[in-house]
Amino acid sequence: MELFADLLLIAIGAALVNNFVLTYFVGLCPFLGVSRRLDTAFGMGCAVTFVISVAALLSWTMTEFVLRPGAPLPNWVWSSLNPAAEAGEVDLSVLSYIVYIFVIASSVQLVEMYVRKFFPPLYKSFGVFLPLITTNCAILFACLEIMKHVVARDWGLPESLTLAIFGGVGFTIAIVLMAGIREELELCEVPESLRGAAITMIVAGILALAFMGFSGIGANVEKLLNP
Amino acid sequence: MPVPEPTPLERFLNGILPENPVYRQLLGLCPTLAVTAAMKPAMTMVGATAFVLICANLITSLIRHLLKPHLRILVFTLTIATFVTIADRTLAAFAYPMSKLLGPYVPLIIVNCMIISRCEVCSSKQGPKAALADAVGVSLGFLLALASVATVREILGNGSWFGIQLVPESFPTLILMILPPGAFLALGSLLGLATWLGHRRRARESAAEAGSV
Repeated sequence: MELFADLLLIAIGAALVNNFVLTYFVGLCPFLGVSRRLDTAFGMGCAVTFVISVAALLSWTMTEFVLRPGAPLPNWVWSSLNPAAEAGEVDLSVLSYIVYIFVIASSVQLVEMYVRKFFPPLYKSFGVFLPLITTNCAILFACLEIMKHVVARDWGLPESLTLAIFGGVGFTIAIVLMAGIREELELCEVPESLRGAAITMIVAGILALAFMGFSGIGANVEKLLNP
Repeated sequence: MPVPEPTPLERFLNGILPENPVYRQLLGLCPTLAVTAAMKPAMTMVGATAFVLICANLITSLIRHLLKPHLRILVFTLTIATFVTIADRTLAAFAYPMSKLLGPYVPLIIVNCMIISRCEVCSSKQGPKAALADAVGVSLGFLLALASVATVREILGNGSWFGIQLVPESFPTLILMILPPGAFLALGSLLGLATWLGHRRRARESAAEAGSV
């Protein structure tokens, strides 16, 4: 039950209260670039959610067994090479950024091949943005959050996966809302100098303002679960 | 005839205003919005990004003949990740409170599209001299962008600049500007302002041309 409550709080936090795009500003490139049409935006959201989950699974595994201070695998190797070594003295966390980038790049490659094979029209409409998921900060951001909690030893696999999946859901919500607004915006008379990125940014600001209202939900759910 | 590659000086000047990474190319928006609630973190961020950009540009320019087309992005990213690790560890060692404040945004320099785009556009094609000039120019452009956003947000949201109190403390401040929505609103308005200034200058130039003919 406690685990379930924790997971619910993490999910609400990641999807609504601290929305990846509107609070942490990660994943802005596709948020601005692929939010012109509703269906493409939804496809992009799904792709990012999928990549984020795969990358989180892989990076949790790497962090737990290889990268964190005192991780089992490198320590076992080191102590079998050097019997005089103290237990848990190997710390590979300095390598974590490089490993995460590798993990993300390979999961994006996987998704790209899958989408090209099974959804050719979607593949075409993504264009350059599909490989650009590699450089989507949202995914690296999720990996870093997971690393922070795994190193502090307070998150296991379920918490990490919940953060990743609902972070992706939050991204999808934000980009779909944005695409809906932008489709309407096409019909409006926007001042000439604000056209394009500037008005999108201001709309995003208003959206972020609306999402600040969700912070009440987070606090209330927490009170409800831990009376 | 192929178009000649820009000279180092052109690269340097282009990076500052005509190809400003934030205002013209809309790259590197994540740090522009995330760390600009005040000047101090913004300038630390610029320093770290400039260090990574200059080192990564130099290295990719030196190894540009060895790069294979399909692997180049991976090589760029790994080079950048190495230097980001150095910057992150250095910052944590010598400026721990600042490193805590910037949090995940220092490692997120790895996925700053601005750096990859410079590697792709400039340093994988030209020698180290042009790459260095380009990196310094783009870093200055990035400095300009972050400084402008941070100035607006810190003065409106906190009444101070670089931690120095500008308006009396009793003066009402717009707390909204140092919260996340304020970042979007400030950058949106500044983008609009930049476009408006560009339009006005172009209109004046074409009017002058018409007058001289």
